[in-house]
Amino acid sequence: MKISRRQMMILLPAAAVAWESVLAGTPEESPNYKMSDHWWGMLVDIDKCIGCGNCVRACQTENDVPDGYFRTWVERYHVSDEDMTRPEVISPDGGKEGFPVAQQDDKKYFFVPKLCNHCTDSPCTQVCPVGATFISPDGVVLVDQTYCLGCAYCVQACPYGCRYIHPTKEVADKCTLCYHRITKGLTTACCEACPTGARQLVDLKDPKDPIHAFLKTHSVQVLKPQMATGAKLFYNDLDGSVR
Amino acid sequence: MSVFKDAGHLFRFAGLFVLAFLIFLVVRHYVVPKSFGQYGHYRGAGIGEIADRPVKFAGHETCETCHSDEADKKKSGKHAHVNCEACHGALALHADVMNGKTVAPEPASHADDPATMKPVLPDTATLCARCHTASAAKPKSFPQVEPASHSQGLECKTCHNPHSPAMDAGGAK
Repeated sequence: MKISRRQMMILLPAAAVAWESVLAGTPEESPNYKMSDHWWGMLVDIDKCIGCGNCVRACQTENDVPDGYFRTWVERYHVSDEDMTRPEVISPDGGKEGFPVAQQDDKKYFFVPKLCNHCTDSPCTQVCPVGATFISPDGVVLVDQTYCLGCAYCVQACPYGCRYIHPTKEVADKCTLCYHRITKGLTTACCEACPTGARQLVDLKDPKDPIHAFLKTHSVQVLKPQMATGAKLFYNDLDGSVR
Repeated sequence: MSVFKDAGHLFRFAGLFVLAFLIFLVVRHYVVPKSFGQYGHYRGAGIGEIADRPVKFAGHETCETCHSDEADKKKSGKHAHVNCEACHGALALHADVMNGKTVAPEPASHADDPATMKPVLPDTATLCARCHTASAAKPKSFPQVEPASHSQGLECKTCHNPHSPAMDAGGAK
């Protein structure tokens, strides 16, 4: 068989791509959960959040988050009509025990729950020098804590401030989107504990997920879209003053 | 053979390179975890380890398999979409003990009955206030009260059934 130079130029990259997929293997198959069937994210409905702090407490319980550290937290914004670029933001103990009672004045108030955005093109995973943090095949940004050195590059890289160094384990820690729950068919602890349904776990690969209809009919945005992180934490009716 | 004349030192040098490369391959084989690179530049087995962590919140579907009476009461009321563990706390351990999946750990704290890990009944005077205390920061459509003037310190459940709180809907006890 004679192969021309042109055929060789086509065959070589094709063979390289095929070999890559052989090396990658097929994703782990468990009877109930297939990673390739999911692409997880979360929807936060600002209009529904009452700042009770249930999500923060539930996250701490579910994931053994140490006191003073947060995988999720709630901020209260207080924005004036004149200068929306300078909002007053408070988050006492991450909003874990709720917020002080607010009196109506000439400014507006609202709550913003925050957590890892589980970015598709995450800056935090790109800077890890050892391959300890990564986005899983089902779209969750995770930390392999047995592999992490605790150098904290990722803590600096996250534009949303969602990572911290665990005080006793001395490795990076962050929201796992309750990966141990969602892979068992449960929702996250924060969504389970939210009394108003302000948070909803969404699966963008599930055609039956109501998120698809919601995104088409509502004004939804992500935080810091200019950074092109591919964030999957969607906010409904988010005020422009939120950073 | 004149090409290789006086080239012995080059072969020795090349041999050293080959040897070093082989040692590198052997060390790499033992040092790099088996599943590294399975899905990308990370340890594939790490995903399974994170997925295996224990669950603390059982989820309302689990609660409703036994407590269907409370679930029915809740269904028609304003708290239909408030999940059980939003008020009662994380209770996977209670569910597992009741299902016979595990035994209650010693010492069993935070439980009325250590054998079943039955949770302490929440105090409605503080529990309800956590969400329903009036504050200008909360959405206007959310039902809010001033606890001091609304109930004069009485427990909320004196008048409201927490599982179906509206008083005109037969929620009152």
